[in-house]
Amino acid sequence: MEPAAAKLIGAGLAVIGVGVSAIGVGLIFGNFLLGALRNPSAADSQFGRAFVGVALAEGLGIFAFVVALIILFT
Amino acid sequence: MAEAIQIDPIHQFQVQNLVPLGEIGGYHFAFTNSALFMFAIIASVALFILFATRKKSMVPSRTQSLAEIWYEFVEGIVTSSTGREGLVFFPLIFSLFSFVLLSNLLGMMPYFFTVTSQIIVTAALSILVILTVVIAGFYKNGFKFLKLFVPSGLPIVLAPFIVLIEVISFLSRPLSLSLRLFANMLGGHIVLKVFAFFVVILSSFGWLGFLGAAAPAIVGVALTALEFLIAFLQAFVFALLASIYLNDALHPAH
Repeated sequence: MEPAAAKLIGAGLAVIGVGVSAIGVGLIFGNFLLGALRNPSAADSQFGRAFVGVALAEGLGIFAFVVALIILFT
Repeated sequence: MAEAIQIDPIHQFQVQNLVPLGEIGGYHFAFTNSALFMFAIIASVALFILFATRKKSMVPSRTQSLAEIWYEFVEGIVTSSTGREGLVFFPLIFSLFSFVLLSNLLGMMPYFFTVTSQIIVTAALSILVILTVVIAGFYKNGFKFLKLFVPSGLPIVLAPFIVLIEVISFLSRPLSLSLRLFANMLGGHIVLKVFAFFVVILSSFGWLGFLGAAAPAIVGVALTALEFLIAFLQAFVFALLASIYLNDALHPAH
């Protein structure tokens, strides 16, 4: 295999992590909404926590994205 | 012709020298477009707040109530995650939030430079936050700050592993804080640019391509709205995480 092709395939494999982190973000927001609909009065106080969880889950996906960028451009 | 159009979505992130300032020790110094937009962001925040609070009336005018909403929103972020005593960090969080928000929003304007899409800027902001956490933590708690890495009620057998994991998680904080903001801005702007190029390329294929170009144009408009949401959301998340990390400096034992 040519190195350039291997590079592109590697970058493509690396961004799978972004999709997996999207599952995580969806799970967090889905469960937040589930809890919020059961107890709407408690929802506002937990809004920040949901966003922290989303930010952390999203951060891992962004690591994968950065790895893909590093593979592509170095 | 279609072959003549090169997709170059990275070009918008180039730092250009506007006014060269000379050379010190082999490094070139210049007033760049990045610096220009940073000045513009700071000037617009400061001028808006000064303009909005020039009268300080009991019944606020429209601009004053906007400044009050802005202030109380950040105050809510700080107090919800660190409590009332966290308000000593309010000026820092407010400055960070305003700077990130304005640079994200100004970056959405056509031909404007997005300051937060440069990793050096976001890295500097997050290093500022983490150094504040470390210095304020040691200043307030002394060496009890190191309890941050040892959760209470920890069995002695598990301690080395947990401490290792906690140290790694602490060290990855500035990394993830800076990379999240940087990659969100970079990714969003690249996607917008790519969809804009799709419109240009498709419409160069005659009338059928011109009809087909409507699809990426509509998606581009929708993505622009999404990017405005993300611009606000990332500023919110940055301020929220910064105040949560600063909470560790105030209450290290958890």
